[in-house]
Amino acid sequence: MKKVMSVLLIGLLSACASDTTKPTATAEDRSAAPAAAASAAVTSAVTNPNLNPILTDPKNILSKRSVYFDYDSYVVKNEYRSLVQAHAQYLRDNAGARVMLQGNADERGSREYNLALGQKRADSVRSAMTLSGAKESQIEAVSLGEEKPRATGHDEASWAENRRTDIRYQGE
Amino acid sequence: MLMRSHQSSRHTLTLAFLLWLTSMPLQAALDIEIFGGGATQISIAITPFATEEKLKQSITAIVAADLQRTGLFRLVDSSGPALRDPRQIVYPDWKNRGADALLIGSTVMLPDGRVEIGFHLMDVAKQVQLFDHTITVPADRLRAVAHQIADIIYERLTGDVGVFSSRIAYVMKQGNKYALQVADADGFNAQSIIEYGEPIISPAWSPDGTQIAYVSFENKKPVVYVQTLATRARKAVANFKGSNSAPAWSPDGKKLAVVLSLQGGSQIFLINADGSGLQRLSQSSGIDTEPNFSPDGQSIIFTSDRGGSPQIYRMLVAGVASGTAERLTFEGSYNVSPHHSRDGKSFTFVHRNGARFNVAVQDLATRQVQLLTDSRFDESPSPAPNDRMILYATEVKGRGILAVVSSDGKTRQELSMQAGDIREPAWGPLPRVR
Repeated sequence: MKKVMSVLLIGLLSACASDTTKPTATAEDRSAAPAAAASAAVTSAVTNPNLNPILTDPKNILSKRSVYFDYDSYVVKNEYRSLVQAHAQYLRDNAGARVMLQGNADERGSREYNLALGQKRADSVRSAMTLSGAKESQIEAVSLGEEKPRATGHDEASWAENRRTDIRYQGE
Repeated sequence: MLMRSHQSSRHTLTLAFLLWLTSMPLQAALDIEIFGGGATQISIAITPFATEEKLKQSITAIVAADLQRTGLFRLVDSSGPALRDPRQIVYPDWKNRGADALLIGSTVMLPDGRVEIGFHLMDVAKQVQLFDHTITVPADRLRAVAHQIADIIYERLTGDVGVFSSRIAYVMKQGNKYALQVADADGFNAQSIIEYGEPIISPAWSPDGTQIAYVSFENKKPVVYVQTLATRARKAVANFKGSNSAPAWSPDGKKLAVVLSLQGGSQIFLINADGSGLQRLSQSSGIDTEPNFSPDGQSIIFTSDRGGSPQIYRMLVAGVASGTAERLTFEGSYNVSPHHSRDGKSFTFVHRNGARFNVAVQDLATRQVQLLTDSRFDESPSPAPNDRMILYATEVKGRGILAVVSSDGKTRQELSMQAGDIREPAWGPLPRVR
């Protein structure tokens, strides 16, 4: 999973629009083939041996990666300012570092509209980071909409958990 | 596969018909109750074809289920011996049972394994034959033939085109696996087009039915793919920095409207079906998504939050990005997922109705809105190629299933496959060869 992202970021930042060589699952070979093909692609990709241990050190604020939002809100709350600023600072100090910001939404309503709501949450973290000195080229803001819920319940507590943007570094 | 339906006003089938249904081989699970309709329904008696009980698949059960699902037909008691020949028909008997039309027929197993199916569609009041036909097919094509017969009956009796031979696409989630599947319009005969361990959403049929565009999250972000059904070859047509989603085909099949976050926000772009020629269409500071072309290709309806809440708007497909759009929905604070009817006169969408999400239809000329469903989570409405039914996703006991509602909202029926969580339905075009 982490490795896929590093491949992705490299590919994505060049905004390619063609992909016929990626593993394609079909009905005929659906047993284990897609998974095998996917993992083959992953292992051939470069992991990031240079991922800074500071990013995962539980004592460091940089190990905190989730920014939560209020219902129907896309504003980075004050309690997450220092977290976002710390990541922006890291990006500013490490010109080669790249992050993907994945916005999420709760499950209520249209999947495509929720995808757009998740994008708003990713975009607002991106704006906060660039205002604090990170470069646009270091950041890709995307949305997972309601498709990858961290909490799978159908109640307010789960929905709140899923109104979130996650910060993932290239190589993770 | 089971079929059920729930509705307020019910016309229960006669005991004889239910007994006949439950006596069908292999279709013991078929449990049909159809409600609604009434005076405007066509009453039809569908007699089991002679010796069809020897086939792996009852043809007339499929024909009956197809016709019932439209809400335009009422099945009347068809008990009695099979009728092979119109000369065997005792018309007063069928008139007494309330039948306007009568289907009779027979099947013959040929030595080479194929099946010969002959049938006659009769007008009971006039005591004349409306249509007769004999078809010879391989034994594994019985479902397809049954759908063809249902199409013929539908067309003869309503004057409208039948959609029973068309196909549907949808996404099935089983555990952590997602499959994009294509099935017959009744939900049977499902085949996976692609399977992945990451979500798939928003399948959209190309106008000629040979390709499906969809959004896959296999690369940890949404990317729009177009896949050719016959070859399974696929191509990422929109894989730009940021999110790529909500593909919609232009009526000529040459272009796709897609939603990209490439230039900030979620905005609608036009791109050639091969991924070339990107061009921005919408221009707002908020969310513009879920584009859907009008049948003449001149305009797009879409969901936007530019007015503060998600509502449906219409814009012209002009040569330049435009911030100009006409707001179409005004009732309520959440109207999303618009799809034009195939005749272009109305659009279906999802309307939040209190705490519920329901399928609604709005007339483009009069702006009149009609709610068609009333469960808790009805999503992704997709009209049939003849506009007489709308396929949508709903939820029963926490599990996603597909359902069909007639365009007047009076008849609803669930298509529930055996397993998995089913969502994101898209009704395909009419098959080109009938």
